[in-house]
Amino acid sequence: MGERATAYRVLIGSRLRSQTAYRRSFAMDLVAGVGVTAISFAEIAVIYSNVDLLGGLSFAGTVTVFALAHVCFTVADMMVGHLGNLPAYVRTGSLEVFLLRPLSVLGQLATSDISLRRLGRTGSGLILLAWALAAYGVHWSPAKVVLLVLAVGSGTAIFAALFVCGAAVQFWLIEGGEFAAAFTYGGHYAANYPASIYTLPLRLFFTFAVPSAFVAYLPALVLLDLPGPSGLPAVLGWCGPLMAVVSWLVASMLWRAGIRHYAGAGS
Amino acid sequence: MSFPRGRALPAQSVRVFGALFVVGFRRWSRYRLAALAGAFANTVFGLVRSAVILAAITAHGGALGGYDELTGVTYVWIGQALLGPIYFNTWTELSDRIRSGDVAVDLVRPFDLQAQLLASDLGRAAYQFLPRGLPPLVVGALVTGLALPTVPAPYLFGLLSAILAVAVSFAARWLVNLVAFWLLDLRGPMALYSVALNVLGGLVVPVHWFPSWLARLAACTPFPAMLQQPVDVLMGRVSGWAAVLTLAGQAAWFAGLMVAGQLVFRLGVRKLVVQGG
Repeated sequence: MGERATAYRVLIGSRLRSQTAYRRSFAMDLVAGVGVTAISFAEIAVIYSNVDLLGGLSFAGTVTVFALAHVCFTVADMMVGHLGNLPAYVRTGSLEVFLLRPLSVLGQLATSDISLRRLGRTGSGLILLAWALAAYGVHWSPAKVVLLVLAVGSGTAIFAALFVCGAAVQFWLIEGGEFAAAFTYGGHYAANYPASIYTLPLRLFFTFAVPSAFVAYLPALVLLDLPGPSGLPAVLGWCGPLMAVVSWLVASMLWRAGIRHYAGAGS
Repeated sequence: MSFPRGRALPAQSVRVFGALFVVGFRRWSRYRLAALAGAFANTVFGLVRSAVILAAITAHGGALGGYDELTGVTYVWIGQALLGPIYFNTWTELSDRIRSGDVAVDLVRPFDLQAQLLASDLGRAAYQFLPRGLPPLVVGALVTGLALPTVPAPYLFGLLSAILAVAVSFAARWLVNLVAFWLLDLRGPMALYSVALNVLGGLVVPVHWFPSWLARLAACTPFPAMLQQPVDVLMGRVSGWAAVLTLAGQAAWFAGLMVAGQLVFRLGVRKLVVQGG
């Protein structure tokens, strides 16, 4: 166990050093990250320049949902987003190298490309979140602080599990990467908005099949003292950690099945 | 490096261009599952996007920026159908060749590289038009309904506008890829380009909903010519002489970006050093 921890520490350390070695490129990536957040946020700003309420939420309310989802997604994306490159590893046969080493394949793939430059997006998401919570005038209580911390943790875990599921199905669908994108990026997109705007079937799908609503909208209901729409009582806002555990159970089962199914690229 | 070009005669050029177009079409037609997966993803996004657009239109009292509920979702579904052919993913075909030095081989060929890649990209778009375009439209028609024009003119103009959109998109992707001559890591510029395209192109919300300063900003970029304009023409929102004018504007963006692409490419080639022997 101790040896393994050392191995991962060395692996991650080497990635971080290599990325910060080119200072200008790194700084530019950070700035680009802030730009990406600003432009995605523009979508919501444009809608609210035309309307006052969307799905029962004010501008600050929807920005809370958007920013919470953004923070969770960018952290998950930084840690495991590059698992989407799995088909390239499978096609070129470089996955065998990972299989030969005495560390878990998932752990090695995750640490192979942790990119700090994505922190620009996370940072700007945090600033937006702080602004939105202050602008909304949240009545803080110790329980809500706990909920916010739990929400960020479980939301990140849910998105990470979606990425792992998406990567796992690539073992069967080598060229079907966009199937997975429908659930990972689609799940993120759906999490940006109050789930109350979706028709009931779509709302239930993005709550219980792809647990997007648990990432941001449901915790936000509790933070902002709002009742949920039909099918989604606000108390579900506390169930994020439970959903994160369930997602990870599914993800690890799928991943293991995928690895067992993998038979090499040949030659 | 020297930059050999103009060795092919006009008639030969047309033949080569046609052959590369066919090759592009056939290359992409091999990946049926990928096309299906793309159509599936576009459809899922279409469901979410139409919910967002509908919520905004309903909150505004049933009409917003010239869209009612049915034309609003139609705008979403036509956009989702055109995404694949116009190409909204990250395109690194050229930058990969610049970084690996393979571009040196391209420079020796007696046919302009920009024209080569344009031909095969148009071939790709021609293949993707139906397999990636039809499924979102069918699902859209079933789930939310579509408001499609009942006269032929919008379809004819719309097809031309969509082809021009692919061409403008290619010319813009070519320019972004050329950054590889000067930078090692393109992920930052690529991410910025892609998000700018999504917002200013009118994918996430129609350009007609923009506050006036943002609309003016968008009008100074080629992005609306890549999505908002073909959708407007296809829906019949822009028709008659206005449609012809839109097509002319798209053609002008295409020409301008291609010329800029040629100039920047030559600048890049001048500083290119390829290792090996």
